[in-house]
Amino acid sequence: MSNTFDIKQYHIKQQPFYQPQSNEVELYEAAYAARLPVMLKGPTGCGKSRFVEYMAWKLGKPLITVACNEDMTASDLVGRYLLDANGTRWVDGPLTLAARHGAICYLDEVVEARQDTTVVIHPLTDHRRTLPLDKKGELVEAHADFQLVISYNPGYQSLMKDLKQSTKQRFAGMEFDYASAETETAIISKETGVSSELAAQLVRIAGTARNLKGHGLDEGISTRLLVYAATLIKQGITPRDASRMALVRPITDDADIRDTLDHAIDAVFA
Amino acid sequence: MTTTAEEDRKTLDCNFPRVLSVLDDCMAHARAKLSPAGVAAYLEGARVIGKSGRGEEPILEFLEEMPLVAVQLGEDVIADVVEFTRMLARSPNSRAMAPFLQSLLTAARALESSELFREYLVLVAQTMQRTTPKVHGIDSMYDSPCLVDFLNSVPSLFGQVSLNGLRNWVDYGVKSYAHDPDNQREYFKLLSADSRAVLQRERHGALLIDNERKLDLYLRGLWASVLNFVPYSLAYDELRKPMPYLDNLGVHLPDVYDALPNGVSGVDRYRALLAHIVAHKRWSTPLIADNFSPFQRMAIEVFEDTRVEYLAMQEYPGLRNLWCALHPVPKEGTCPEGWSSLRHRLYTLSRALLDPHHGYTNPAILKYVQRFHEVMQAGATTTESMVTLGIQFIVETRAPNDSGAKIYFEDTEVDYRDDNRQMWRFIEEGDEEVYENQPTRPQQVEEKENESLPPRLYQEWDYSNEHYRPDWVSLYEHMHPKGDAGYIDKLLAKHNMLAKRLKKIIDMLKPQNKVRIRYQEEGSELDLDIAIRSLIDLKSGSQPDTRINMSHRHDGRSVAVSLLLDLSASLGDVPEGHTQTKLELSQEAVSLLSWAIEKMGDPFAIGGFNSDTRHAVRYQHFKGYKEHWGDEVKARLAAMEAEYSTRMGAAMRHAGHYLAHQEAEKKLLLILTDGEPADIDVHDPRLLIEDAKIAVRELDQKGIYTFCINLDPKADEYVSDIFGKQYAVIDNIARLPERLPQLFMSLVK
Repeated sequence: MSNTFDIKQYHIKQQPFYQPQSNEVELYEAAYAARLPVMLKGPTGCGKSRFVEYMAWKLGKPLITVACNEDMTASDLVGRYLLDANGTRWVDGPLTLAARHGAICYLDEVVEARQDTTVVIHPLTDHRRTLPLDKKGELVEAHADFQLVISYNPGYQSLMKDLKQSTKQRFAGMEFDYASAETETAIISKETGVSSELAAQLVRIAGTARNLKGHGLDEGISTRLLVYAATLIKQGITPRDASRMALVRPITDDADIRDTLDHAIDAVFA
Repeated sequence: MTTTAEEDRKTLDCNFPRVLSVLDDCMAHARAKLSPAGVAAYLEGARVIGKSGRGEEPILEFLEEMPLVAVQLGEDVIADVVEFTRMLARSPNSRAMAPFLQSLLTAARALESSELFREYLVLVAQTMQRTTPKVHGIDSMYDSPCLVDFLNSVPSLFGQVSLNGLRNWVDYGVKSYAHDPDNQREYFKLLSADSRAVLQRERHGALLIDNERKLDLYLRGLWASVLNFVPYSLAYDELRKPMPYLDNLGVHLPDVYDALPNGVSGVDRYRALLAHIVAHKRWSTPLIADNFSPFQRMAIEVFEDTRVEYLAMQEYPGLRNLWCALHPVPKEGTCPEGWSSLRHRLYTLSRALLDPHHGYTNPAILKYVQRFHEVMQAGATTTESMVTLGIQFIVETRAPNDSGAKIYFEDTEVDYRDDNRQMWRFIEEGDEEVYENQPTRPQQVEEKENESLPPRLYQEWDYSNEHYRPDWVSLYEHMHPKGDAGYIDKLLAKHNMLAKRLKKIIDMLKPQNKVRIRYQEEGSELDLDIAIRSLIDLKSGSQPDTRINMSHRHDGRSVAVSLLLDLSASLGDVPEGHTQTKLELSQEAVSLLSWAIEKMGDPFAIGGFNSDTRHAVRYQHFKGYKEHWGDEVKARLAAMEAEYSTRMGAAMRHAGHYLAHQEAEKKLLLILTDGEPADIDVHDPRLLIEDAKIAVRELDQKGIYTFCINLDPKADEYVSDIFGKQYAVIDNIARLPERLPQLFMSLVK
């Protein structure tokens, strides 16, 4: 199986659009040169996944992404035996694949996974750089190009969902936040082709919602939602309707907050 | 005199000189407005009222008001009004005829339909019947003490509330002061605090209190700013309407804004005001007021208001629509000769600066609009840059009548702008009031010994009116004073045998339920259902689920308990055939229960309550959820005393308030009492029972289970009304120490 596996499909073919906010590209390149595992923190929709995609493209490495969830088990990461007509056969999980073939393995929203699951990444993330497959009785030596990247959103942190210290302290950390108003405007207008004036207005609405974080909103309006709104406007929807649909309705059920944000939309689009 | 006029007089058949002097004008007016049939009904009505023999006042009012009312609502109402007035004339309340007729026009204008108007007549009739003193159910010869006051208040009330609101307000006044005519009059004159509070609740428009969170979010979201709101009322100060302003306390603003006919909602009016004030806060710097004349100051204020609004609109262009909708539109050339047109000029300018489509032609206005925009477009403006503009505008447009006393105010009041007091610093002491120099009050020495929290206000349910009385009960929470903890230990030692029995029950109650956890890759047992499903998946060639095991875990208990003790005076009684007071028995029972719950490890609080009228409900703290059953708690329990009455609802709401904040799956409020809820300021025995019932329902909605343990053998009469089936009556009170812990355990089993 592993002999016939084609890692090429995981290469990023086109350059993803990514607008650097400061020196994060150099920092990441330095971390990759030393093959240090990297942790990306930041609110949802601020560009963490896009950044990893961009870096994989820039470094010319394949990228294997795993979206973590709470039902995920260790075997979902490392692989398992399957039954077939001739008996059983072993299938590598995404983490094993990445380690064998020298890909960047990106575990998205890693806190969603249960803590006992996340522990399997430990041997890969320190000096050992190995992955023991105890069921198979194999010790996978990580490929020289292999790197592990995880992302999580500290905003969601609840009592139940946090990384163990022993996991946290295996990573170099990079903090992401929503880009500054100018950068974000540039991102939206580049990504969707709307005028930078309209993009600036959308960013202003996002600013009001970000001010309300912690006062009834768990998260502000993300860059991703702004891109959605701009896309809708591009389709010919009026800016007000598009903003209500893409920016306000998804993030809140609280009538007072909805009302305030609707008013902000009216105030911004005269 | 024409023949029609003579015929009118004949038909009216009334010789009051004042009536005769206005009759012709009134009839001419009526003939111009009403149909011939309407005129006939009008004249006939006047005759009937004149013949009722109650003086000239009612007939004068009728002649004056009725045509306008009939025009508003149709001519059918004339007959209703006449009929009603006759009814008043025949009752002891004939004094109310004139005020009644006076109130009609406002009512007609506010209600706008004859159906609603008839409902108003019914309301007046009901008010009269319910407030007229009765002897054995029959009207006495005395008139209603408050009907006239009520009718006199009606015009101002219709400005603020709908008919429904008015009905609720009247209802409250009639019921609450049924035996207190003096206070009832105060109520209907709108002089008492209650009267205003109830009216406030019935007001139409956007109440600040309902929209406070929205406005907070608005400030925070759009302006990244936090301001305190200090509301004032517009309803009572008729002469000098207060204006919004900003000072160290925060934004002073009206407690209610009605929606405007042009579609601006009350909340948006608040937002317009806040946006203006925040813009000042952000961009205005104070000027020295002494350097300018009052006229110059006015002009500078107008320019500065406009400047900060201009800057705010750079950020949120949509504000222009909102402000334009609220800003009055002064019409050019409407200021009459001989009046001071200063305000009119300034606010025409202000409109022109705000609204690009103003359409004004006055060259001075246009010139200054252009100059203003030039200054603003140059960027980096300050309050100073408005000074030049303001002073020059005043000089250039000065008119001879400017200092005259007759100032033209029409369309010059911008109600979303504040009074700009933050803009000025006064150096020399002038006539103006100085707000910074508050007289220093002597520092009050805090009374250390009486350690209590500030009162919490709770509402109370008034079942007869079916509404909450707002902020009705003041509840004071104290730490209960301490006694000798050894006393409680002795009590526990006395019940040694019982404690041993309880211990056994507790051990059995300790958590042991098993909960199955399915979908486990590794677990203690094979989960057959899932395993078979996986096998089928495998055979059919799809990916099988490997999580075919299950395991078990112990289910933990999660119960928070609050015990509320009735400490009213009746607890001090010794029941017949017993040697101990109920209080002593309660003490023993509570001690045993506390000991038992401590053993079980559930979070547990004890509070006691009694009341001395609604102004002093006392809530005694014995034990908090985090406190352990130790000497401190025991000492407090040992000092338990019984006094005053039992206002249960407020105490339950308070205990529920704490309990709701506990993190537990199940929340239990136990109430130990010996009688029905009662207080010395409540005469209706049902009132507090109904209130307690509503309190139970409120707690239920918060997920709190309420259970009452009642020591009153006759409790069955009322206890199920309050608690439904969630109660137990303990007849043999001597067994309380034994029964209480048992009851608790059966509840949480």
